[in-house]
Amino acid sequence: MAGSQGKFAEKPAWRDGIRAQFNMINNEKCEQFSRVDVSVQYLLFLILFPLITALFMLAVRRDTERGWIVKLSALAIGVVTALALVTLYDKGVVYFGFDAAPVNLLMFILEMAMAALLLWYAVKYRKSLALCLVLVQTALIVWFELTCSRASDIANPLFCDPFSLIMALIIGIIGSLICVYSLGYMRHFYEHHVEIPNRTNTFFLIIFVFISAMFGLVFSNSLIWVYFFWEVTTLCSFLLIGFTKTEEATNNAFTALWMNVLGGIAFIAALIWLAAQPVPMLGLDQVLTAGKALVLIPAALIGFAGLTKAAQMPFSSWLLGAMVAPTPVSALLHSSTMVKAGVYILVRLAPVYAFTTTGFALSLVGAITFLVASALAISQTNAKRVLAYSTISNLGLVVACAGIGTYEAIWAAVLLIIFHAIAKSLLFLSVGTVEHRIRSREIEDMNGLITRTPRLAAMMVIGIAGMFLAPFGMLISKWAAIQAFISAPLGFVLVIILAFGSAFTVFFWAKWMGKLITVTPDTKNVEGPVDRNEWIALVCLAGLTTVTCFIYPVISKILIEPFLSTYYGSIARLSQDNILIMMMMLFLIVILPLSILLPHRRNRQLPPYMGGVVTSSDMHFTNALGGRTSVTLGNYYLDGWFGEAKLKMAGVYVCGVFIAAMLVTALFGGMAL
Amino acid sequence: MISFFPALIFVLLAPLIGGLLSGIDRKVTAHMQGRVGPSIFQPFYDVGKLFEKENAEVNGTQRFYVISYFIFAVFTGALFFAGGDLLLVVFALTLAEVFLVLGAYAAYSPYSHVGAERELLQVMAYEPIMILSAVGIYMVTGSFAVSEILKYPMLLVVLLPGIFLGFLYALTIKLRKSPFDISTSHHAHQEIVKGVTTEFSGPNLGLIEVTHWYELVFLLGFVFLFFAANWILGIIAVIIVFLLELFIDNTNARVKWQLAVKSTWAITLVVAIVNLVVLAYVVVV
Repeated sequence: MAGSQGKFAEKPAWRDGIRAQFNMINNEKCEQFSRVDVSVQYLLFLILFPLITALFMLAVRRDTERGWIVKLSALAIGVVTALALVTLYDKGVVYFGFDAAPVNLLMFILEMAMAALLLWYAVKYRKSLALCLVLVQTALIVWFELTCSRASDIANPLFCDPFSLIMALIIGIIGSLICVYSLGYMRHFYEHHVEIPNRTNTFFLIIFVFISAMFGLVFSNSLIWVYFFWEVTTLCSFLLIGFTKTEEATNNAFTALWMNVLGGIAFIAALIWLAAQPVPMLGLDQVLTAGKALVLIPAALIGFAGLTKAAQMPFSSWLLGAMVAPTPVSALLHSSTMVKAGVYILVRLAPVYAFTTTGFALSLVGAITFLVASALAISQTNAKRVLAYSTISNLGLVVACAGIGTYEAIWAAVLLIIFHAIAKSLLFLSVGTVEHRIRSREIEDMNGLITRTPRLAAMMVIGIAGMFLAPFGMLISKWAAIQAFISAPLGFVLVIILAFGSAFTVFFWAKWMGKLITVTPDTKNVEGPVDRNEWIALVCLAGLTTVTCFIYPVISKILIEPFLSTYYGSIARLSQDNILIMMMMLFLIVILPLSILLPHRRNRQLPPYMGGVVTSSDMHFTNALGGRTSVTLGNYYLDGWFGEAKLKMAGVYVCGVFIAAMLVTALFGGMAL
Repeated sequence: MISFFPALIFVLLAPLIGGLLSGIDRKVTAHMQGRVGPSIFQPFYDVGKLFEKENAEVNGTQRFYVISYFIFAVFTGALFFAGGDLLLVVFALTLAEVFLVLGAYAAYSPYSHVGAERELLQVMAYEPIMILSAVGIYMVTGSFAVSEILKYPMLLVVLLPGIFLGFLYALTIKLRKSPFDISTSHHAHQEIVKGVTTEFSGPNLGLIEVTHWYELVFLLGFVFLFFAANWILGIIAVIIVFLLELFIDNTNARVKWQLAVKSTWAITLVVAIVNLVVLAYVVVV
């Protein structure tokens, strides 16, 4: 024992350096010092470790090696996320302080490198809009660095609170599962797209950098750091969307780029504003404790950046364009990274928006996006586009909650983020696998998947149920959102919008689910063996979709309620009765499918009714000319009512007006509601 | 608080009351049409007959959806009568409805699919006003719990006339009455051959019938809620509403789904906005 202690006693110098400069704001008790010391290492591990894996990806050549590295890294990230949760969940808000100046310098250099890369791409593909915006942004960064470097010394650049932990769990667990899934998916991807050169290593490299940046984003207290990681996510999504390098992919990548850079410009403008104050406020904690009047303008600017990243209405097209990327990328963008970064920052700043006209304008942008995107989803025949519109609409609901900013609304918003991340990643990944089986992502081609690919169809049904049915997660959150809106000023406007949007949601999910469960006659099982990596991810996510519905009261108790009581002083929760009822319903839903196993008489099976004409078991009938016609069934898409041509522009203009209103009211101090 | 006893009473008595009401429905309808009509116990004979029939199906999964529809419809009503959360009741109702739709989808049959899609259109039409009814009641009473709402001393309909009107409009859809019986015709057998229920027969169809009885009692209970402060008035109102629905049923032809959805939304929007705006200011002042 003594020998081993001696061996490990020599700790690296950097660790001592951190320990020496360590200070804690929130915890008075000194004996907790050493435990928190460990936890800062968890945070650093989560930010830095994916980068190391990313570097490994440069060197690896063989599939098996890559498989092991990705799986072990995913496991490590998942385990450390869980450890961070166990260590930090009851600590409230913990700040970690060390000298940020060298890191700031490094970040500035990296930002310049990123800008150079983007400029090079923009010149190469002759995209003048992206070029101009990147130039403007770079100029602003340089100006910020030259004029405001004095302000950038922040006592506590890193922090961790329950909301960060929730986000970290989403990134760490779902992100890792998507990585594991990608191992299987990318192999099939190149079998199906032989024309695309194999760049699997680059793919994993970008994904791990992405995950690292997301961890950085949620653990940063320094807004300069938040901004840096924000920009890294923009770059990563740009590279991933354009991954296949086809013309369509490149164009869509640049759409995503210019929209997100627009948000980035607003973000850096907010930083310049904050740094130019008599007392510079470049820490999230400072912004949240300063008076509303002081920080409303930068909060509105960062809110604008959040709207671009969360693909809200005028900017929704980039997320739809992102569908050209391989499916795991979509899953990643939708569930654990990119768009979640947008809503993360909005929920963070929610106390600033609360009870102001600016906040109300923001929530109207979200609510209108929720309504219009749900309606648009009805008219979509492509499964991935349905998923994309549903993401946009659900994030709209989160934005609406963040704009309202009361504790009840934030409770709903956090639940929405959690449940959406899990169910949506499950849906994307199962659609990806099914696509490789049936060679299509059209919903019409998914007729009778329950007989053709039974296990995958079951996964999709669970995912869809998770998205709209009581008592699954999204519905719990919607319910919480309604409760929150009623008690907010002018909230009834939002309630009316939500009631209609919710009805649209039922329509498009239920008809898709119906397609899947149709029992088609005489069809073969084409499922075949599903890749083991893909299967692991799917089963885990399906399990999580169900299990989180059972344990969300616990999540609420140990994570969301402490978060709310820190920033709002009061907490929201459902009554015991209602939780009990939810559990009963969930239990019923889970056990009902088992009723099929019960012994029962074998019923006589008859062909369906066809209006008197002759039918055969494979659904043919005799037509008026005496020939044989096959029956085909199609869903309603109601293009005349819900088509993109009509609704999309309306949504874009209305949301554009509200965004303008949000920025203008912020300029005038955002009257109290 | 949730009380178990009223829920139990509902589970036991609702099929009797619902069946009798259906019988009265047929009798009154017959009189309106100048016929004598069957005995008011006819619905029980009909369902009994269905349960004696052979259980023939299009495929083996249908039974599951029908049973789920039944269980969740009963659950919805039981939750309502137990004094549970009104919003949760509305969502549970949607859940039950979705199971019926899935049952229709499960059959690879054109009529059944058209019925399923139409049923979904109807859900889309009435869902907003159902949610807004719950919200309006909350804005007046300050609670979603039915047990609390019942204690409110004033007639809710006085403060929520618009919402009540909208609810009545949607009720025609829920009770599958003309002009909104577009997903399953109530009387006639033309067009889409009873829509969602085309592929159900024998005991399965019988179970769907019984589920309708449960739903009928639950929906009339919802109407009662608007008059809960004075229960005599409440019972009179429920009877009048029931007869009104029969009258509408017999004096209107079926409309296309476009008109059904559009008009329901238009009514919902107008009444909800006007009523909630007024409420928001009445409650604030």
